[in-house]
Amino acid sequence: MSGTFVGMPAFPKAAHEAVGNTTLRGNLRHATHTIRAKRANAVAEVSDWAELREAGKRIKDHTLRHLDRYLEQVEESVVAAGGVVHWAADADEANRIVTHLVKMTGESEVVKVKSMATQEIGLNEALEAEGIHAYETDLAELIVQLGKDRPSHILVPAIHRNRGEIRDIFAREMGEWGRPAPEGLTDTPAELAEAARLHLREKFLRAKVGISGANFIVADTGTLVVVESEGNGRMCLTLPETLISVVGIEKIVPTWRDLEVFLQTLPRSSTAERMNPYTSTWTGTTDGDGPSTFHLVLLDNGRTDTLADEVGRQALRCIRCSACLNVCPVYERAGGHAYGSVYPGPIGAILSPQLRGTQSEIDASLPYASSLCGACYEVCPVAIDIPEVLVHLRERVVEGGPVTREGNRVVLKPAKGHATERAAMRAARWALGRPGALRTGQRLASRTRRLHPRALPGPGKAWSGTRDLPAVPAEPFRDWWQRTRGGKDGGQ
Amino acid sequence: MNSRERILGRVRRALADVPGDEASYERAVARDYLREHGERTVEQTVDLLAENLADYRAIVHRCTADDLAATVAGILSARGTRTVLVPPGLDPGWLAAVEGAERVADRAESTPHELDGVDSVVTGCAVAIAETGTIVLDGGPDQGRRRVTLVPDHHICVVRVPEQVVSSVPQALERLDPVRPLTWISGPSATSDIELDRVEGVHGPRTLEVVLVGEV
Ligand code: SF4
Repeated sequence: MSGTFVGMPAFPKAAHEAVGNTTLRGNLRHATHTIRAKRANAVAEVSDWAELREAGKRIKDHTLRHLDRYLEQVEESVVAAGGVVHWAADADEANRIVTHLVKMTGESEVVKVKSMATQEIGLNEALEAEGIHAYETDLAELIVQLGKDRPSHILVPAIHRNRGEIRDIFAREMGEWGRPAPEGLTDTPAELAEAARLHLREKFLRAKVGISGANFIVADTGTLVVVESEGNGRMCLTLPETLISVVGIEKIVPTWRDLEVFLQTLPRSSTAERMNPYTSTWTGTTDGDGPSTFHLVLLDNGRTDTLADEVGRQALRCIRCSACLNVCPVYERAGGHAYGSVYPGPIGAILSPQLRGTQSEIDASLPYASSLCGACYEVCPVAIDIPEVLVHLRERVVEGGPVTREGNRVVLKPAKGHATERAAMRAARWALGRPGALRTGQRLASRTRRLHPRALPGPGKAWSGTRDLPAVPAEPFRDWWQRTRGGKDGGQ
Repeated sequence: MNSRERILGRVRRALADVPGDEASYERAVARDYLREHGERTVEQTVDLLAENLADYRAIVHRCTADDLAATVAGILSARGTRTVLVPPGLDPGWLAAVEGAERVADRAESTPHELDGVDSVVTGCAVAIAETGTIVLDGGPDQGRRRVTLVPDHHICVVRVPEQVVSSVPQALERLDPVRPLTWISGPSATSDIELDRVEGVHGPRTLEVVLVGEV
C-alpha cells in the first residue's frame, strides 16, 4: 500500500516525541475531552442506542460476509443510474484511474472533499506528479494542506493546531494557493472560517472536476452518501461537471432502509450532534442537476486481505466516526501522527497493520499502541472489538502464521529478534508504563458501561471491570511478555 | 485477469469460511430499535421540530397559510434582500407580498458565479424531521436544483405543517425517493475544526430561516 508515511519512526519513538510537545498535548487534550463529554450526551438522548449499535454491527457483518454479491449489485445499480464503475486492486491502480479520468476532462485542477480513502492512496501527490492540482476544501484539510502538514485525527484532522497557529498558516500561505487571507486577520474562529470561505469560493465556482469519497454506498439503489458539516462537500458534489468518487469496498450497505441506522449513529458518535449540518445522497446522475458525468472507483488496497482474517475482518465494519480516538488514553497523549498512517488511534492500530501487513517497524508496533482498556469498544457504534483484534495481531507479530497479502496466502515468520519485535516491545512498554493514562480510560469505560450488555470485550472478558489497572490480559501476550522480559531492551 | 475479476476472486477466497446456507439479510439484521423516540401528539411533534431547528441555530418562524406571503416578505425586507432566487415550481403566492426585491430564475445556463451574486433563495422542502431538526430537499419543483440552496448566503425554507413533518430518521427515509438527489440540512453550515468551537457558516448558506406554515 502506498501513501504510507515513508520513514515514519515506530510508534513508541513517534509517541515519545509527541508527548514532549506541550502545545500538541494541550490542543489534543482540550479537543478530545470536549468532544467526549458532548458525545455521551448525544448518545444518552436516544433510548435505543444499544439496539441501533447491534443493528449497525449486523448490517455491516452481513454485507462483508456476502461482499462479492453486494459488489456486483453496486456495480449494476450505479451503472443503471448513469454512473461508470472502475475497480482498483491497489493504490497505484486507483491513482492511475483517477489521473486518467481527470486528464480526459482536459482540466489541471480539481476540488476535493475530505476522504480517508484518497489520503490512504496518496492521490493528491499522484495527481501533482502529473501536473494536476488537488485543492482540499474541508477547513481542517485546508489547514493541513496549507501548513504542509499531515492530518492527525479522522474527523478533525487539524486537531493538533490551535487558532494562533492556524492564523499564521493562513496569513502566510493562502496567497501562494489563490486568494490571500484578508489584511489584519485575527485568530477568532469566525474570522478564520470567513477567510477560508473567501479563499475556497473562487475555487468552487470555477471547478470542473470534483473528487470525493463516500460514507456509504447503498447496493440496492446505487446511492452514495456523504455526511459533512461545512458545505464544501455539497460544493464538490454539485457544482463540477465531472464527479469522481473513490470508495473502499467495505462501505457498502445492502438497502436504502439501512441508512436509518447509520444516519442516527454516525452523527452522534462523530460530532456528537443529533444530525450533522449536511448530508448529500446521489444516485448516478440527474438531468439538469449536478455533475453530468459520475465515476465510482471501488478500492481494494488491502481490504480483501483484511477480510480473509476471521478475527480481523470486523475492522472493516468501521464507519470512521472517530469516537474511539476521542476516548483513547494512548491517543490523547501520543497524538495522531505517531500512528504513522491516515488512520490514527485505536482503529488505526488494528486497520493499518491489516491493510499494509506487519513487515515494517511501525506496523508491527501498532498493535502494541494500546493498554487494552476497552474504552474504544465501548463507544464504537458498530461494536468493533478492538482489543480482541489487537491481541490477535500481537500474536501474529510475535508468533507469525498464515496471512493473506495481495490475495495470496503467505506464512509470516515470528518477529522474535527482529527489528519489528524490538519496536513492538518498546510500544508495549510505552503504553503500559502510564498508569495515569490507563485509569482515565478505565473510568470512562465504566461510565458508559450501562449502555452495553457485556462487561468488557475480547481479552477483557476474563477480568473484572472493577480493577483500577488492567492486568496483562491475554494468554499469547503474556507468553510473549514473559519470554522477552529483561531481554535486550530491558523491558519490565 | 482484470481488476474486477481479481478483487471478486480475492473476496470469494477470503470468505471461504462463510457457510453457503447462512441466514438471509432479513433474518441476519435485527431491527429491535425504535421507529421513533417517545410518544407525541401532532402538535408536540411540530413543537419539537421548531425547538431542534432553533437549537442548531436555524431561525424559526411560524404562521398560518394566510400569513405566509407577509411572513416571507417580512423576512426578505428585514434582511435587506435585493435579489431572490426562485425555483421554477414555487407557489407564486408565497412571494406575492414581496416588494423591492427582484426575482431571479435559476436557468440551466446560469453559472455558479451568477448565483453567487444573489442575496437570498426561497424554497419548499420534501420532508422535515422533528427529532433531529432536519429539513430534507429532494429537488422537487418548489426546491430547484441542488445549487440554488447552496451558493446564496441566505436560505428561506417553507415547511407545511403538519403534513411534511415526521418524527424520526426511519420515518423520513420511508417517505424519500433514493433516485432523487437529496440534501439533508440541519442548521446552517458549520465547522468545529478550529479548537472544536462551532462556527456557523463556512461554505453553505450562513443564515437558514425556516417558516413552519399551517394551522398547528
Ligand atoms: S472503530 Fe468504531 S469507534 Fe472507531 S472510528 Fe471506526 S466506527 Fe468509530
